[in-house]
Amino acid sequence: MKRYGFVILILTVLQFFACRSDETIVYMEDEDTGVTTTKSEVVGLYLLNEGNMGSNKCTLDYLDLSGETVHYLRNIYAERNPNEVKELGDVGNDIQIYGSQLWMVINCSNKVEVCRATDAVKIGKINIPNCRYVTFDGGYAYVSSYVGPVSAGSSAPRGMVYKIDTLTLQKTDSCIVGYQPEEMVASRGKLYVANSGGYNFPNYDCTISQINLRTMKEEAQIEVSTNLHHLKLDRYGQLWVSSRGNYQDKAPNLYCLRITESGQPIVTHQMDVEVSDFCIVGDSLYYYGVGWNQVKQENTRQFGIINIRTHQVVTDRLSSTPELEKIRMPYGIIVHPQNRDFYLMDAKNYVSSGELLHFKADGSFDYKVRTGDIPAHAVFVNKSK
Amino acid sequence: MHLWAQHPQYNRLDSIQQLDVVYISSRYNHKEVIPSQTLSGEQLEKLSSNSIADALRYFSGIQLKDYGGVGGIKTVNIRSMGTNHLGISYDGIELGNAQNGQIDLGQFSLDNVEEITLFNGQKSALLQPASDFGHAGAIYIRTRAPRFDEDKNMNLKLSAKYASSDMIRLSGLWEQRLTPRISSSVSAEALTASGKYKFRYRRFRQDGTVAYDTTAIRQNGDIWALRAEGNLHGMLDEGFWKFKVYTYHSERGIPGAIVNNVWRRGERQADHNFFTQGRWQQQLGEKLTTQAVAKYAYYHTHYVNRDTTQLMVDNTYKQQELYFSTSNVYDFLPWWSASLCYDFKWNKLDSDMRQFVEPQRYSNYLSLATALNLPQIKMQGSILMTAVKDHTRKAVSPKSITEYTPAVFVNYTPFETYDLSIRAYAKKSFRMPTFNDLYYTDLGNALLKPESALQYNLGMSYDHQWRTGLFRFFHIQTDAYYNSVHDKIVAYPKGQQFRWTMLNLGKVHIKGIDVEAELTMVPTKDLLVTGRLQYTYQDARDVTDPTDSYYCDQIPYIPWHSGSAIINVQYRNWNLNYSFIYAGERYNQQENIKYNYMQPWYTSDLSLSKEFKIKRADCRVMLEVNNVFSQDYDVILNYPMPKRNYGITFDMKI
Repeated sequence: MKRYGFVILILTVLQFFACRSDETIVYMEDEDTGVTTTKSEVVGLYLLNEGNMGSNKCTLDYLDLSGETVHYLRNIYAERNPNEVKELGDVGNDIQIYGSQLWMVINCSNKVEVCRATDAVKIGKINIPNCRYVTFDGGYAYVSSYVGPVSAGSSAPRGMVYKIDTLTLQKTDSCIVGYQPEEMVASRGKLYVANSGGYNFPNYDCTISQINLRTMKEEAQIEVSTNLHHLKLDRYGQLWVSSRGNYQDKAPNLYCLRITESGQPIVTHQMDVEVSDFCIVGDSLYYYGVGWNQVKQENTRQFGIINIRTHQVVTDRLSSTPELEKIRMPYGIIVHPQNRDFYLMDAKNYVSSGELLHFKADGSFDYKVRTGDIPAHAVFVNKSK
Repeated sequence: MHLWAQHPQYNRLDSIQQLDVVYISSRYNHKEVIPSQTLSGEQLEKLSSNSIADALRYFSGIQLKDYGGVGGIKTVNIRSMGTNHLGISYDGIELGNAQNGQIDLGQFSLDNVEEITLFNGQKSALLQPASDFGHAGAIYIRTRAPRFDEDKNMNLKLSAKYASSDMIRLSGLWEQRLTPRISSSVSAEALTASGKYKFRYRRFRQDGTVAYDTTAIRQNGDIWALRAEGNLHGMLDEGFWKFKVYTYHSERGIPGAIVNNVWRRGERQADHNFFTQGRWQQQLGEKLTTQAVAKYAYYHTHYVNRDTTQLMVDNTYKQQELYFSTSNVYDFLPWWSASLCYDFKWNKLDSDMRQFVEPQRYSNYLSLATALNLPQIKMQGSILMTAVKDHTRKAVSPKSITEYTPAVFVNYTPFETYDLSIRAYAKKSFRMPTFNDLYYTDLGNALLKPESALQYNLGMSYDHQWRTGLFRFFHIQTDAYYNSVHDKIVAYPKGQQFRWTMLNLGKVHIKGIDVEAELTMVPTKDLLVTGRLQYTYQDARDVTDPTDSYYCDQIPYIPWHSGSAIINVQYRNWNLNYSFIYAGERYNQQENIKYNYMQPWYTSDLSLSKEFKIKRADCRVMLEVNNVFSQDYDVILNYPMPKRNYGITFDMKI
C-alpha cells in the first residue's frame, strides 16, 4: 500500500491542476442600470479609463443613453477592434469627438487613436511620443506632447504641439512649446497651451504658450502659476487654467485669464480654490479638487460651482448625498450641456475598478456603475444630425 | 555534544551511490527542530537552472516573480507573505537590501552552491545570528566548502555554457589546501547574453478564430555580468573560521512591459556589488559555543532611462551595510540549552535623486532562545527584540520602532520504529518598510507602518528506506498553515521596473497546504530513478475593508494551485532529467475580475547529460531544452517569457 502512496499522491495532486485554454480577447460587459433614460440631444457618453502604467489596461467604456433604460457597456474596444494587437494600449490621457471621429490620446502607447464616433471602430492612428491632450480647429487636430528637443541647461526636453490633418491623419506641422505641455485651447487663430514642467521637478514650468495657428510659431509665453494642467475656454472668451502646485508648499489653484485684442491672455482672477479638474456649462464652472491633509493623514475633497461671469464660488457642495462622501478619489467630471445633470468619476485606489456616478441637476444621486481602472476622461456623444 | 541527536539528515542518494561525503562542520551545528526543504548540489546540477532563482521554483510555498530572460529580475515570495518577509542567507549571513528589500536572486550563480535550504518560520536552530530569529521564512544558500580526496591538494572545476539568447557563461572554481587546516577557494564567472528571445501574443475571438497573433523579439534585455568570490576556510580545535570576499558587476537592459504600440524601451541598470564577511565559531569548554560574524557590503546601482518618449532618468544609488553579530549557546543539561544573540546593523542609502533624504538605519536585534531535546520531543522557543531607528536629512526623522516577536517550535516523533514526525509552530514576525517604501522621492510614503505576520503551522514528515527491491527511499512531508498579515505593503510595477506604487494594502488571511514527496527507485542494476513532487495550495484573501470591491478576493499574483515535478533517470554515465513547473490561475490585480485574470502556465524542461573521462579529468556534457512545448506565458503581466530555448554545458573537474 505504502508503495502506491506516491502514485496516489500524484493522481490526487493532478486533479487540482487546470489546463490553459485558448486565450480570448476580453469581451465587453453590458450592464443594465435599470434607470429610465431621460431623452436629450445626448445619446451616450464615452469614458476612457487610464489604466496603470505598464498594465496596458487603458479601456474604453460607453454609457448608452439611447434606449429605454441606461446601459453601461464596459470595455468595448477589444470587441470592436479584435485585430488590434494588445488592444487599446497603456494609459489613456484624453478623449474627444470631432465631427464623426472619436480621438483618444494614449499616453504610454505613444499614439493617438482615431475611431468612428458611432461605434469606436478604428480608422487610424498617429504615432506621437508621450502625447497628452488633443484639441481641434478648422479641420486640424492639435496634440500636445512631452517630447521635443532637449535644450541646453535642462535635462528634460521641451514639449511639442503637433498639427494633424483630420482627413489624412498625417502630421503636417509642429511647434516647440514650454516644458511638458498639457491641455490646449484654440480660439480666434491662436492656440493656448498649458505648460506643466512636470519632468523638471522641483522647477516646474508656469507658463501658457501662445501659438499663432497660421504660422505655427510660438508668439508668447504668459506666466501664470506653477505646474499648469487643465485649460478651458468659456463662452465669454475667458481662459480658465488649473495649477497643480508643487505638491509641497504651493497648493493647487485656478486662474481666469482675459484674452486681449492682440490675442495675448492676461491673468484677471486667482480663485484660491484647490481645483483638480473642471467642466464649464453655461455660466457655471463645475469643479472638484483633491488635496492631502498632512495633519489628518487623509485626502480632502472639494466639489463646487463657480460663476464664470462674477468669478464667485456659488456653492462648495455639488450634492448633499452620502454617495458623494463615499467617493475615494474623484478623478473626472463631466456635466450634461443642457440638462446640467453631472457625472463624477471615482478612481478609488488606482489599482482596482473605478466608478462612474450620475447625479441629477439638483445634486441628488441617481446611479453608479463600475468602470475600468482609473476612469478619468469622458466625452458626450450627440444625436447625429 | 549534539543538541539534536535526531535522525541524521542523511543524503538520500548516498546509501545507494556510496558517495563519500564529509561534513566538515557538522559537529558544530546545532540541528534545527523542524526539518526543511533542501536541494543539494547533486540535484542542482541536474536541473538546467541558470540561477538560484530558477532552483527555488522547486520548493513548495515559494512563488517566483520572474520578469523573463537572462537578465530579468527574479524575486521570490514565501507563503503569500511577500519577498520582504523572506530572509536570504549566503553562507550563514543575511543578504540585505535596505533600499527595496528585494534580493535579485538572478545575480547569484548556482555554480559553486552546494545546498539551498528553505525553512518556514525560521531556522529553528540556536547558534545563529539574532536576526535569523525574525524572519517569516528563510532561504540558506551554502556554497561549496573545499574538500579534497586523499593525496590531493587542489581541485579545479571549469564550466562553459552556451544557450539561447546568445548566452555564454564561463565559470571556474579553484580549491587549494594551503595548510593542513586552512584551505582556500576561488570561484569566478563571466556571463554575457543578448537577451533576445522570441515571444508571442495570440488571442482568439469567442468563435475560435484568431483575433490577433503576433511574434516579436524581446529587446533591450542584454546583459554582461562578472562575479568573483574568494573564500578562506580554517579549522580550529573545537571550531572553525571562514572569510569571504564577494564581488559582482553587471550592466543590463531592463526590457520593460510590452504594451500596445511599444515593443522596446530604454531602461538600463548597472550594478557594482561588493561584500566581505567573516565568521568564527568556537566551542569554549564543555558547555559554551560561541559564534561571531561581521560583514560589510557596498552596493552601487546606476539606473538610466534613455527612452526618449519617457521621463529621462539618470540616478545612482549607493548602499552600505555594516553588520556584527554574536551568538552564544550554553548547554545547561545534555537535553536543555539556551542561546543569547545580539546583532547590530547599520544601513545607509545615498542617491543623487533630487530632494533625496539619504536615510540611515540603525537596527539592533537581541534574541533569547531555548531548546529542549527529549527522546521523542524537541522544542524551541525564542523571542526577538528588534529596535530600529532611521535618520534622514530632514529635520524630523521618523520615530524609532521596537517590536517583540516570539516563536515556538515543536517536533514530536511518536514511534521509535517508524520515521514519522509531527511538527508545529507558531510565530510572529514583522518587516520594516524599506527605504524605497518610505523615502523614495516621489513615491515613498514615510507614514508606512511595519508589516507584521502571524503564522501557525502544523505538519508531518515521513521517511522510509528499503535495502533491496524496486523502491529504495520514500519521503513525504506536508504542512498546513494559517497566516495573517497586517498592514501589508504591496508593490505594483509602475512602468519602470525599478519604481513602484506603495500601498499599505491592509490585511490578508492566508490558508495553505504544502506537500512535498520524494521517491527513489532502482528498477534494474545501474538504473536509478528518482522523483520529486511538490504541491502548494494557497488561499490568500484581502480582508482589509468590506467596502472594497476586492474584499475577500485572492491577492495579486498568488495562484491557488502551484507545483512542480522532477523525474530523474540515471543509467551508468547517462542522466536524463525532466522537470515540470505549474502555476495555476491567478489575478494580476486586487480584484478577481476577468480583466485581471491570468491563465495557468506550465513548462517542461528536459536535460540529458553524459559523464566521461578525458585522461584524469571528469567531464560532463549536458544538453537542455527548456519550455519544450513552447508555451507562451507571462509570469508578470506584459512581461512575456521565452518560448522553447536550448542550452549546452560542458564541465570538467580535475
